[in-house]
Amino acid sequence: MKENNYIRLEFPSRSSNESFARAAAAAFAAQLDPTMEELGDLRTAVSEAVTNAIVHAYPDSIGKISMRMRILDESSVEISVRDWGCGIEDVEKAMTPLYTSGGEERSGMGFTIMGSFTDKLRVRSEPGRGTTVTMRKHISPRARRA
Amino acid sequence: MEISTSFDAGRLTVYISGELDHHEAHCAMLRIDELLDEYMPRDCALNLAGLRFMDSSGIALIVRVSRRMQILGGRAWIEDPARQPQRVIDAAGIDRLVPIAMSR
Repeated sequence: MKENNYIRLEFPSRSSNESFARAAAAAFAAQLDPTMEELGDLRTAVSEAVTNAIVHAYPDSIGKISMRMRILDESSVEISVRDWGCGIEDVEKAMTPLYTSGGEERSGMGFTIMGSFTDKLRVRSEPGRGTTVTMRKHISPRARRA
Repeated sequence: MEISTSFDAGRLTVYISGELDHHEAHCAMLRIDELLDEYMPRDCALNLAGLRFMDSSGIALIVRVSRRMQILGGRAWIEDPARQPQRVIDAAGIDRLVPIAMSR
């Protein structure tokens, strides 16, 4: 796939950065002229991925989160959220709806929502080395919407 | 995120507006816990008409309020969710656990 544009952001795993991350994702995706619903879906998926890194990758410390966004073939946005935290022992189990290790304040629906709101979701993780969540969403061209 | 309330005939309505993510959810849960302890309502409606954004942290909050209301012997429901929260609620499938009421 042809990469038309990209950005890379890096920020500490502070929860106050959740709103910044989704605003940045929406601002970058705006060049594809998405619908409000597509924009909302992207913001939601990014919020889930970044929150997972903050809550689960670095439960007792502040670590580094990197977010890379690419425009592909002038029609899709790909977003990768990477951390260098504790990693996920069993990715399949972690992606099971309602499964959470985060207590009462987490619903266990984060990966389910990421999967529902994007077209492609890939999770790569290694215990002790970190996790990369990559999501891709097609943005319908304005001409086809009319 | 802002929370306001109205209380009438045993029904507590909690209006949540703004953006509800993990950063905001902890404070929201504590505030709603306080309100439930203060009013001991028979019913609790979570009005999401003014909520511009919610992620799965909002799902955890809704489920928690529903469980607390069950313990109190009462009912909880979601009222008038805005479009984006509605999509998150649909994706999570919690409308099977917590009813949604539309007044508009």
